[in-house]
Amino acid sequence: MPIATREEQARYQALVHRLTPGRPIVRNTLRAFVVGGLICELGQVIQALFVRYGGFKPAEAGNPTVAVLILLSAIFTAIGVYDRFAQWAGAGSAVPVTGFSNTMTSAAMEHRSEGFVAGIGGNMFKISGPVIVYGVVSAFFIALIRYVVEHL
Amino acid sequence: MARLGRSTWALGERQVAVIAASTVAGSLESQGPLSDAFDVRLSDDRAGEDSWERAEQVMFHRAAELACEKASVKPEALDLVVGADLNAQLTSFYMGLRHLARPMLGVYSACASICEALAVAGLAVATGFADKVLAGTSSHTSTAERQFRYPTEYGVQRPPSAQRTVTGAGAAILGRGRGKWQITHATIGEIADFGVRSPWEMGAAMAPAACDTIRQHLADTGRSLNDYDLVVTGDLGRVGLDILRHLLVEEGVAPASLVSVRVSDCGAMIYAEDQPEVFSGGSGAACSTLVTFGHLFREMERGRVNRLLLCATGALLSQVSAQQGETIPSISHAIAFERGD
Amino acid sequence: MSAWTFLWAFLVGGAICAIGQLIMDATKLTPGHVMSVLVVAGAVADGLGLYDPLIKFAGAGATVPITSFGNALVHGAMHEAKLHGLIGVITGIFEVTSAGISAAIVFAFLAAVFAKPKG
Repeated sequence: MPIATREEQARYQALVHRLTPGRPIVRNTLRAFVVGGLICELGQVIQALFVRYGGFKPAEAGNPTVAVLILLSAIFTAIGVYDRFAQWAGAGSAVPVTGFSNTMTSAAMEHRSEGFVAGIGGNMFKISGPVIVYGVVSAFFIALIRYVVEHL
Repeated sequence: MARLGRSTWALGERQVAVIAASTVAGSLESQGPLSDAFDVRLSDDRAGEDSWERAEQVMFHRAAELACEKASVKPEALDLVVGADLNAQLTSFYMGLRHLARPMLGVYSACASICEALAVAGLAVATGFADKVLAGTSSHTSTAERQFRYPTEYGVQRPPSAQRTVTGAGAAILGRGRGKWQITHATIGEIADFGVRSPWEMGAAMAPAACDTIRQHLADTGRSLNDYDLVVTGDLGRVGLDILRHLLVEEGVAPASLVSVRVSDCGAMIYAEDQPEVFSGGSGAACSTLVTFGHLFREMERGRVNRLLLCATGALLSQVSAQQGETIPSISHAIAFERGD
Repeated sequence: MSAWTFLWAFLVGGAICAIGQLIMDATKLTPGHVMSVLVVAGAVADGLGLYDPLIKFAGAGATVPITSFGNALVHGAMHEAKLHGLIGVITGIFEVTSAGISAAIVFAFLAAVFAKPKG
């Protein structure tokens, strides 16, 4: 029995699939929609405040808004509640920029036990690395293609 | 002493005894349904230490000390210390127990390690190469999380089939002759690989190994499932246990009516379903240790269980193997216990 | 920005997150994979000129999700390329996203200094 053949593997996967509780997709999607929407709504309010009282032009106010949301996420991660919130909210907490901040904050906090340089410094981008790498790589090629297309 | 069949060591009816066993349980485990079975209940998984790793070492050391106390055996009198944990290079076992200053054998089969340790310890006692042997394991939810998965404060949503690594440590002192519990057989498992790849499906990854080892043990010893009051696996969790029961019936090991009452799982027993973030149940090298040394040994003392088969199960993977797209093979070792005097 | 932006911020932001959730639940992709896909999607959308109109009408519903990071990276690159030619595609990438990345690094560092993980 131990090392399964393809057919045995397929039969076993079917059994596992049958007995594994499905993820509550509808419930999760609704929660992600509501929480994600609310976080963006909070961002919208903060943005409006920066325009009204901070003297920012509407086009510029996105930057400080993102910085504020990142700060809030770092604080909630530091006090230990962001991961609980994320279990409930799923992508609603991971997709907004708050999720990005949480990946960096949680990695930095966790690896402090290995010191400031190798620990915090060396691990901060552990989870957020791919987002930055693929964001930059794709932006490079897209901007390149557009530039070439526009100048043909 | 005899070798039975393909994979089983018969250690003798009254040759290898568990003189005493101790358990140190973490916070969530101490709030669970088996809480009063544990010797030490911690309210804080950090145990006042600087890092999760140090905390796990402190728990392991405490469990070892306590086991020696309960057995009235001084650490200096131990001939051998066998154990394991889930940290890379067994740092919890070696660093945590270094102050015992006794000969040490670290073993590893992930969450099946306690049975591997008991098998080696039992072998040493039965052959006369050691008189008093300490066998134990530890695990910690945060050291496992940050090694195998993600930083502990990272917000990742886990599916219902996920499991929670148990925080705690347990140790037993084995000796020759008679004791409260006897170890009569050890069955060494073979690798089972059914192509499971997802870290959220550990129960599914390990169930085939448990089924295979149970089947092999019964075939080697000539026993049937009926000869055991209870057969427990280490950490299949509720989902994995379900799968195992199906497999046992499908493979003809025992009928469904027997399987559903005699086969259980330590991971499904250690947490209540309503405890936060336990999902399918407990896992980890200390899961079967805490449940067996704490709860099941007490059940045996009270006469509710006379013969117990513990089949601890381990998922064999590393961070690198998982990222390289490898499957998760598994292994299960079995130890048969009998009520002593 | 009009009052309608407040409504669309919620709806569009929620929708992008809902799409992320569906991908996570229906496929075997990890959250890291899904975020990377969304960032690239944002970059592609900006390459096609579709993301800026979305920002105009949904406000923070488009700037807060991680997709806007991809959009901002392309913006930076295109802006520098307009000023300095092809080399701008490399020199300009982080121009607009500096706020987000700097904030994330600084606050993550401070959190690590002052707080311990609870496990």
